[in-house]
Amino acid sequence: MNWTMILKIAKTHLLTKKRQTIIAALGVTFGIGSYITLVSFMTGLNGMLDDMILNQTPHIHLYNEIRPSVLQPLDYLEDSGLTAIRSVRPKQRQKRIHNALALLKHLSTDQDVKAALPKVEAQVFYISGPIELGGVVHGIDVIQEVNHYNFKDYIVNGTYQDLAQTPNSILLGAGIAQKMSLDVGDRIRLSTIDGNVFSLKIIGLFQSGIADLDAVQSYTNIKTAQRLLGETNMYITAIDIKLHDMHKATSIAQSLEQQFGLRAVDINTANAQFETGTTIRNLITYAVSFTLLLVAGFGIYNILNMLIYEKMNDIAILKATGFSSSDVHHIFVSQAIIIGLIGGILGLALGLGLSMAIDQTPFDTSALPTVTTYPINHKLSYYLIGLGFALFATFLAGLLPARKAGKMDPVHIIRGQ
Amino acid sequence: MNTSTVLRANNINKHFYTPEPFHVLKDVNLTVGKGEFTTVMGKSGCGKSTLLYILSTMDTQYNGELYIHDQLVTGKTANELAYIRNKHIGFVFQFHYLLSDFSVLENVMLPAQKLAQRSPTAIKAAALEKLAMLDIDTLAYKKAANLSGGEKQRVAIARALINDPAIIMGDEPTGNLDSHNASNVFDIFKRLSVENGLSLLIVTHDKDFATKTDRIIQMKDGRIVSN
Ligand SMILES: Nc1ncnc2c1ncn2[C@@H]1O[C@H](COP(=O)(O)OP(=O)(O)O)[C@@H](O)[C@H]1O
Ligand SMILES: [Mg+2]
Repeated sequence: MNWTMILKIAKTHLLTKKRQTIIAALGVTFGIGSYITLVSFMTGLNGMLDDMILNQTPHIHLYNEIRPSVLQPLDYLEDSGLTAIRSVRPKQRQKRIHNALALLKHLSTDQDVKAALPKVEAQVFYISGPIELGGVVHGIDVIQEVNHYNFKDYIVNGTYQDLAQTPNSILLGAGIAQKMSLDVGDRIRLSTIDGNVFSLKIIGLFQSGIADLDAVQSYTNIKTAQRLLGETNMYITAIDIKLHDMHKATSIAQSLEQQFGLRAVDINTANAQFETGTTIRNLITYAVSFTLLLVAGFGIYNILNMLIYEKMNDIAILKATGFSSSDVHHIFVSQAIIIGLIGGILGLALGLGLSMAIDQTPFDTSALPTVTTYPINHKLSYYLIGLGFALFATFLAGLLPARKAGKMDPVHIIRGQ
Repeated sequence: MNTSTVLRANNINKHFYTPEPFHVLKDVNLTVGKGEFTTVMGKSGCGKSTLLYILSTMDTQYNGELYIHDQLVTGKTANELAYIRNKHIGFVFQFHYLLSDFSVLENVMLPAQKLAQRSPTAIKAAALEKLAMLDIDTLAYKKAANLSGGEKQRVAIARALINDPAIIMGDEPTGNLDSHNASNVFDIFKRLSVENGLSLLIVTHDKDFATKTDRIIQMKDGRIVSN
């Protein structure tokens, strides 16, 4: 097969029909351009939301849940299956995790575990002047928290170093600060459930962007929280585990529950709806791009069909002078692919331009203090897929007209003159 | 059997079935010898073009046998026939069938590029040589669409010659030209026949033209009546 000759004929045909060629190519350009833009933007969004969830949610959250014993004393006596105990109440138990320091040590030697962070949760009242607000204080290992989660991103007007180093300091929820008209540098009093009152210094504000959380939640370092509750450094109410491979979360959580009699919530269970959102966004991206390319494909199909009737003389001459059906077929398929290639490359450029423009567009959201522009995920593979998609679609669109051209009978055409 | 036969047709019969059954060619037998300049004459509608399309292997819907260089051509695949047309047959139509978007040179080169038995430079040299032989080498880089009728027909002859075919067939190649250009084209054919020993089979209505050739085949109602 003499491709230089075939491509030369294809090129000449396209050049004599510049306007139609450009229109057909533009169809592909818009299809591929919007695919690149959409897929970069959608996956950018997905990535941002994933990051947001993943970087503030532990893979496994271990805590001591207050719940009634599954086996009641009567169940140990007989096994008739007919016993029914009503109005079961849980026993008042401590919220602390039993032997937490040993457990932390054990977890940190586990090969699957990247980090196990202790937490102390305390119910408190925030007091400032006459106002009292109920809320929660989380005692955390500040440095580790910053290393493993995006805790730092949610601190406004303050630094995590201050929180780690200043005794009796607090990172106050932004909503609380607003309600109480407090600001960084002020002091706030906290009252525990037992009635002890402490005065803490506000070294910064915490803003997650979720108003309900910011109106109740504050952070201290873990020692401050333990002192607040009048407990020793053995007192730990929860352990957040980050794994090397988050897909193992569910199975590891189950074995931890059984092994230690604690409640273990894994990220997959906690964020099941999240996957659905990602899937739907991907679906939309591909549905829209596919539709646009389908339209472009029909455009190419139409234009090639027209071209074939306009070039019927050429087809007859080529066949009369010894070109085979497949030569003629290749000439017209090449034309479709050339349109796809030019349109596709322009489409990639358009997509790159649009997604760079989106990348520069300011995006102000209190939920994501570190995000200043719309998220875009520039990825080479999308561009390769886009070009492949363009070539494949135009090839398909060219196939039928090209076959028709290949089958044309030169005698019929010449007689028609 | 004459060993220097270029083309031989045995008992060619052809029917058209639409719009109504019609027996166009009836028991046509014909040979063209090497170097022979043969013309086919006959009233309009007697089947000359139909015969020529069969002899040029473009039409395969017929009964009978066709030999080119004593080799049976009938029944060969479409690709084999395309190769035979490319290598052994040059065709000149009544209307100036050129690829109008291409240059004269490209038009002449194309069949040789398809055959691909010579290097691109050799093909170009051969094409320019054929154009010079027909006195149109100055037009080589003009677009085919911008030529006059007589010039186009000479380009078509150059194209038919490019692969040094066994035979040139023409379906009223001068039918659409004024008398000056028509005699010019005829002179070219005559020269090719005499000087280059080329075989020609030309359909024509021009009596003067025909009488100057080696042989006249007369057709009537789908039959050859004199040979
Ligand atoms: N495709 C066709 N279908 C039916 N009849 C045809 C077809 N082509 C030609 N004919 C008829 O066949 C006869 C011979 O046509 P043709 O070979 O073109 O004659 P000529 O070239 O001698 O003028 C004519 O009567 C013409 O009408
Ligand atoms: Mg005719």
